[in-house]
Amino acid sequence: MAFDSFSAFLTMEGHGPYVWACYAVFFVLLAAMMYWSLRARKTAMDACRRGYEFEADKSKVAAPAPAASFARVNVSQD
Amino acid sequence: MWQIFHKLGSPKWFFGISTRFMPWLLVGGIMLLLAGAVWGLAFAPKDYLQGNSYRIIYIHVPAAFLAQSVYIMMASAAIVTLVWRMKLADVFVKAVAPVGLVLTFLALFTGAVWGKPTWGTWWIWDARLTSMLILLFLYGGVIALDRAINDEKSAARAVAVLVLVGVVNIPIIKYSVEWWNTLHQPATFKLTEKPSMPAEMWVPLLLSVLGLYLVFGWLACVRMQTEILSREQRTRWVKEFVMKGRV
Amino acid sequence: MHPIRKKRLTIVLFLLVGLSVAVALTTYALRQNINLFYDPSQISAGEAPVDVRIRAGGMVEEGSVVRDPDSLKVAFMVTDYSASVPVEYVGILPDLFAEGQGIVAMGRLNNEGRFVADQVLAKHDENYMPPEVADALEKASKAGSKPAAVNAAPATY
Repeated sequence: MAFDSFSAFLTMEGHGPYVWACYAVFFVLLAAMMYWSLRARKTAMDACRRGYEFEADKSKVAAPAPAASFARVNVSQD
Repeated sequence: MWQIFHKLGSPKWFFGISTRFMPWLLVGGIMLLLAGAVWGLAFAPKDYLQGNSYRIIYIHVPAAFLAQSVYIMMASAAIVTLVWRMKLADVFVKAVAPVGLVLTFLALFTGAVWGKPTWGTWWIWDARLTSMLILLFLYGGVIALDRAINDEKSAARAVAVLVLVGVVNIPIIKYSVEWWNTLHQPATFKLTEKPSMPAEMWVPLLLSVLGLYLVFGWLACVRMQTEILSREQRTRWVKEFVMKGRV
Repeated sequence: MHPIRKKRLTIVLFLLVGLSVAVALTTYALRQNINLFYDPSQISAGEAPVDVRIRAGGMVEEGSVVRDPDSLKVAFMVTDYSASVPVEYVGILPDLFAEGQGIVAMGRLNNEGRFVADQVLAKHDENYMPPEVADALEKASKAGSKPAAVNAAPATY
């Protein structure tokens, strides 16, 4: 330990505010970025899942009525 | 040899391998980063000249180092985008540009807070600080350009060209302290020489640099997966992953 | 490699080389503006303009600091070990200011060749060491043994 007491560790001979402000901003921003990245991935997964479920529902509803008079064309959304 | 290279560009392959490595990157990165920070804050000796304010080095140098290496990685990916038209390279550039922006901001911020007690000023327009500010704007420009172009392919090419043009700034950042008179001191670590600081000071710094590298790797994986999910939504393997949880 | 890719790679490399040359030439031409400060040798050679706000940088010469007992006025010599420039300053000096330390001063050069500063910033080198090591090095150099590593490289200010 480079300091004699815990209060000496906090004040750092007057440089405490500078050092602690840097470490706080660094770790808060890093943690925030990690959290946001995880959340964005979850949102993307949920969007995919909703899309697949919607498609599955649609095909179930459409399936019993094949005898319609007009042909169904699968149009690519690309 | 080229076949392996092209396999590397497959989003499906990347998804599988990254999912396997991500827990290790996260745990290892956080542990190394915290070990470096605690060691640097509480156990490393203080500097004879700057006292305790120099402890900011244990986050300033990792942030600045990563900010530049992320840009170099982006530039390499940009070459792959332009020459091989590989989608995964473009995914990488888009996924990590915001991370690079935050890291550059952190390097500038911690540098400013360190500069006040040591130099006597928060900011000075010397070559090192100015070229680092240009790096911040380059990251911002890459993000803005990507958002401004709707077509995926045109955006990929335009972004790749901008990233490549900006890469000339990297040697300027690195050698600014040697080519010109600056307030910022020259590099403490050089590849060819012994570091100008004793081991009890540089070992924790090495830990935090490695830790931030691993955390960056994890962030890049998460963000690339997000980008791939939205781009490849219509492929069968993404559907299988989302519905069954495996690739 | 596919010929089209080879062609694209060549174009990309040409772009990079051309750009680097352009930037290198520009920064070389502008080097005097990119330099943050004038060296004492440049100032004594008359390269620095008189009565224009400029910066001067160098090491504070050992034994040259004279403090006014009644005010915050301080005078010292700034040197790069080949030439020296006298500097005057009124105000609070940074904590790191000391004889043998690097500084960068902002101010004007007057007609007598004295640099009147309105801001003094401390510049430190890339060496870090614990206080005990620094003390030991200083003792060793005072005892007249080999010159200590700290003082061995005056060019790193």
